[in-house]
Amino acid sequence: MAEASAPAIETIGITKRFPGVVANDRVDFSALPGEVHALLGENGAGKTTLSHILTGLYRPDQGEVRLFGEPVSFTCPRDAIDAGVCMVHQHFRLVERFTVAENLVLGDRHGAGRHFLIHPRAVDGQVRELGKRYRLPVDPRAHVWQLSVGEQQRVEILNALYQNARVLFLDEPTAVLTPEEADTLFETLRQMAAEQRTVIFISHKLHEVMAVSDRVTVLRDGRVVGTVETAEATPQSLTALMVGHELQTVTRTPSASVREENILEAQDLWVDGDRGLPAVKGVSLRVRAGEIVAIAGVAGNGQRELADAVTGLRAPTHGEIRVGDRKLKKGDPRAAFDAGIRYVPEDRLGTGVAPSLSIAWNLALRAYRHLARGPVLPLRKMRTDAERAIDAYEIKASGPAMMAANLSGGNLQKLVIAREFSGEMKLLVAASPTRGLDVAAVETVHSHLLEAASSGAGVILISEDLDEILALNDRVVVMYEGELNEVEDRTSVEEIGLRMAGTNPEPPAEAAVPADRTSSGSPPA
Amino acid sequence: MNNSLAVVLIASGIAYGTPLLFASLGELLAERSGVLNLGVEGMMLVGAVTGFWTVQRFHAATAVTLLLALVVAAVAGAAMASILAVLVITLRANQIVTGLALTIFAGAAGLSSYLGNDLNLADQPAHHAFQAFLPNSMQNWPIVGPILFGQNPLVYFSWVCVIVIALYLSRTRPGLNLRSVGESPAAADTMGIDVTRYRYVHTLLGGAFAGLGGATITLAITPQWVDGITGGAGWIAIALVIFAFWRPELCLVGAYFFGALQALAPQLQARNITLGPTVLWTNALPYLMTIFVLVVVSSGTARRRLGAPSALGVPYVREEH
Repeated sequence: MAEASAPAIETIGITKRFPGVVANDRVDFSALPGEVHALLGENGAGKTTLSHILTGLYRPDQGEVRLFGEPVSFTCPRDAIDAGVCMVHQHFRLVERFTVAENLVLGDRHGAGRHFLIHPRAVDGQVRELGKRYRLPVDPRAHVWQLSVGEQQRVEILNALYQNARVLFLDEPTAVLTPEEADTLFETLRQMAAEQRTVIFISHKLHEVMAVSDRVTVLRDGRVVGTVETAEATPQSLTALMVGHELQTVTRTPSASVREENILEAQDLWVDGDRGLPAVKGVSLRVRAGEIVAIAGVAGNGQRELADAVTGLRAPTHGEIRVGDRKLKKGDPRAAFDAGIRYVPEDRLGTGVAPSLSIAWNLALRAYRHLARGPVLPLRKMRTDAERAIDAYEIKASGPAMMAANLSGGNLQKLVIAREFSGEMKLLVAASPTRGLDVAAVETVHSHLLEAASSGAGVILISEDLDEILALNDRVVVMYEGELNEVEDRTSVEEIGLRMAGTNPEPPAEAAVPADRTSSGSPPA
Repeated sequence: MNNSLAVVLIASGIAYGTPLLFASLGELLAERSGVLNLGVEGMMLVGAVTGFWTVQRFHAATAVTLLLALVVAAVAGAAMASILAVLVITLRANQIVTGLALTIFAGAAGLSSYLGNDLNLADQPAHHAFQAFLPNSMQNWPIVGPILFGQNPLVYFSWVCVIVIALYLSRTRPGLNLRSVGESPAAADTMGIDVTRYRYVHTLLGGAFAGLGGATITLAITPQWVDGITGGAGWIAIALVIFAFWRPELCLVGAYFFGALQALAPQLQARNITLGPTVLWTNALPYLMTIFVLVVVSSGTARRRLGAPSALGVPYVREEH
């Protein structure tokens, strides 16, 4: 091993090409022992590719990786783990049907679980001890599928610690956490850094990067555009590095377009989830014309079921929905569409479009009944309509015949919006409409939402992204375990955050309830 | 007492159930690795015909010949399974289609009957066969005699297999690795477990057990070769694995249950108990139950709830470029 001042992990001129793109272009990156180093960049900037190269999942086309000064070449994730480089992926690499302890034993090559014969309890003590030391409490005998997403993430981190990781990558770790859980995670990461481990935190969220990191490396279009000390950076300066120019964020005067006219009124709505258990529990919701109602909350608290019920994809078991002065037929998507309800679903590729159909056909999915002459579709008109939509919505595509599956995320979302905005729109339900999109596409989507509101439609914006919620809402409600809670101060990050964690902000004493109690108490989602 | 219907049914249920047990243990190993092998029926038939061929053509002491016949049958089964393995693991072909194709290729009116005809195996009495070997005094003990001591050596061997496989799955590192490969190949791969190797090994082992199961029929139960002699036992074995929630000890219970069902009709006939058309039902029962089980579990959610390996039937592609 080289002298102590050598970087824990270092890349020199790493290049990685995928068909048609250079994902990493001569990347020089280094992280020191004992620091939390953020990798910041928009989606597609090459953060994940770089981390996959450093953890053995991809091999670089050119360049060198050094670990504590020594050149290394990982051919698979196991090589990296053996060298002390671990990664917590966005999609966890856990065996759900195994217990926590079994998951740790699975990768064990040096510890108490390495023997041919397995003693399921051999590592229990160690799991508990690590959990206590790093504030990652998990029951080693619990099965992973029984755990909340936050707890599963703890298991991943415990696993890395159990493997004695010296360098730990975390890919967008807070995407699945409540603000409180995220704070606890940050403390854990700081503690790991204090023990001279290296934590590499991949994110595109500025406030988190500012909160947790010592240094930030910013990637743009596969290149490193700068490495800065966090203490000397500002969110503005980091944004400028990330996108290449200072952004004009969408701002909105609240209630600018709100009229006292009820568009949607849901009364005591109960909706079952996929497992047949109630996911929406007695929700009442009112949306006025021109109003953007933001529904904040961690995914899986009933938002999807609520959106499905309003858009007719799922029949509520109880309660009624009124659009304007008319009662909406339950569980009938066509009736919902005819009533003027439009839906930008969360899963844009699976639910939003038919991926293997062309842009023109996807655009006709709503309108085909009006377009068709008898059983015959007017293909030429569909094509010209599609050309017009591609221009109007600035969809980057080779033409109307391009398959929807080949569009990038932002362009796919524009396609969905182009289709849904057709006809007379009274209510727009947008579920995580900007998740995974880059900054420019986020801006476009936001401007379309604002446009919908100013045209007099009601908008329900379901989102986990607090920045988005704060920028767009006229009113915020938080969805937690199937219930809606009105937020009094629509600009208060703190109040929204606490309610997202299921805590009522009024009595301050209650805010100290550990987050895991609320999450593990609910049935597995 | 030893001739009472219950004792005879249990004893012959164990004997008749043994081919099912072997085949379902093999299917269980393959499925635990994530490979659905629908070629079991074909592999059993190939094992049955090659095993029988060995005892007819190889002239040595009975024990040696029979042992060799088992080895040949197991190797033949594994060879068939290697075709499946290459197609579904390496080439990632659809497991259901491939398995069915293999059964058609190897099964009745296919490779096994070609071999049977070409080697003139049909309608010959076997030169050697597995038989009960424990002392008569033990076999004559009331109740337990015929059930526990009146069995052929393959039955006892299958019990060893059940115990070994159960311990392998629950108590050993390769067993844990195997389960992780069937549940979450991505996690297993990250942890350095060779997903492809585990799937190959256990698919081939599965084929070997299917071959053994087939040979059990032609070497112990009805020592002769008849085209299509397994009579759908491979399909029952596939259903059994589901029936047994992918657990070897429950495979044993299920196999003996189906075995007893198969023994029911001949036993009733032997006792001149005529059931009239009902006999059709008792004959058809194992197959009806198999169809029922397969239909019920063909939905993904039902399979998950019953405890099917999560990655069953899904080819593994490493996220890599």
